[in-house]
Amino acid sequence: MAELNRYDNRLGVMGWLFKGRWGFERYLYILHRITGLGILFYFLMHIVVTSLRAFDIYLWTEGEFFHHPVFRFGEFLVFAAFAFHAFNGLRLVFVELGFAVGKPIEPVYPYKTSLTKQRPLFVIMMIFAFILFVFGTYEFIISMGKMIGG
Amino acid sequence: MPNEKNVKFYIRRYDPLKDKEPYLRSYDVPVSKGMVVLDALHYIRENLDPSLAWRYSCRMGVCGSCGMLINGSPTLACNTQIFDISETELTIAPLPNFRIIKDLVPELSPMFEKHREILPFVVREESELDDPEGEFYQTPEQLEEFLQFTFCIKCGCCMAACPTLATDPNYLGPQPLAQAHRYNKDTRDGGRKARNQITGSNDGAFKCHYAGECSRVCPKGVDPAKAIQIMKRQLVFDFLKISKSQKPCEKLKGPGKGEKKDIPPAPTYTVQE
Repeated sequence: MAELNRYDNRLGVMGWLFKGRWGFERYLYILHRITGLGILFYFLMHIVVTSLRAFDIYLWTEGEFFHHPVFRFGEFLVFAAFAFHAFNGLRLVFVELGFAVGKPIEPVYPYKTSLTKQRPLFVIMMIFAFILFVFGTYEFIISMGKMIGG
Repeated sequence: MPNEKNVKFYIRRYDPLKDKEPYLRSYDVPVSKGMVVLDALHYIRENLDPSLAWRYSCRMGVCGSCGMLINGSPTLACNTQIFDISETELTIAPLPNFRIIKDLVPELSPMFEKHREILPFVVREESELDDPEGEFYQTPEQLEEFLQFTFCIKCGCCMAACPTLATDPNYLGPQPLAQAHRYNKDTRDGGRKARNQITGSNDGAFKCHYAGECSRVCPKGVDPAKAIQIMKRQLVFDFLKISKSQKPCEKLKGPGKGEKKDIPPAPTYTVQE
């Protein structure tokens, strides 16, 4: 008998965001990836831009291309991404080494999972991330004030 | 019938002989309190469309056949009360991350192949086959280390919910990995070293980044994410050679070989003849 067609139903990258009613940790997983890619992109661009100094091009100095409030705001976004990614990453290091997920228990309905067990750790880490973010915001406002006000 | 409501069911249909890709088709189903999604599917097939295909068997959340994506969440159709989700409309699709055979029937064989890969049985020395007498000693505490993970019914809901598996078909996935941990933690088992070769590989446990969706959707409370994270720690300890001995427990051979305890005398009869 001929082989019947099978439809490939893999969700793919779009499935990270859509195509389902997902839980909180899954969106954290996605945000962690997006912020990680954002930081990586910034890092690569940073190497390219600063290496232009070899050709006597200084794009970040006053009056140059990157000395613009839009890019300053972009840097602020990178900092916000870093604050989240760093502390969420610390949470993942703990959790992925089997800490803060609890011990195996007999599953009795309504089931309690390791997700609720590790959530206090998430809250603590996000408090640290927020404190770091506030410092970054203060620095950003001061520098923007100087940039716009002269 | 009192408390009956018409619920619109949007069902993802796919016929491999006719369709190039799946499409949604709607059905109006009269739903009363207590009806599960599986009941509605039966109603549709018996009254509205006899060509609808899905897989089911036990009707009581034990066999794991009727896993499907119900309103965007992978779960068992026999375990899901319709009114708990919606009183107006419901979307039903086959489990994602598996190929579709027809309508709501996913091809689960890749999961079973991966499951077979991780040696899902108690591994003992073959010499024991010549001497099958005796039993294994295991304390309740040792049993608790893996008991939770033995409740897996292989429905595939965790595999459908995993975002890593959504983009990487080579990743072992939550179901096989949780079962690998289940056998690794069994004190009767001596196969951890062999399993570590598979679970510690590039497509193994370290591809899991704790999205936790597998644990959230598991209809039996197995918590595969927990098993995988504990297994990762074990893998690191094994790699650094600082883990406890993985020698499987020995057999107790009949009375006299094990620890002898004084057996208290039977109580006297409370009812006299």
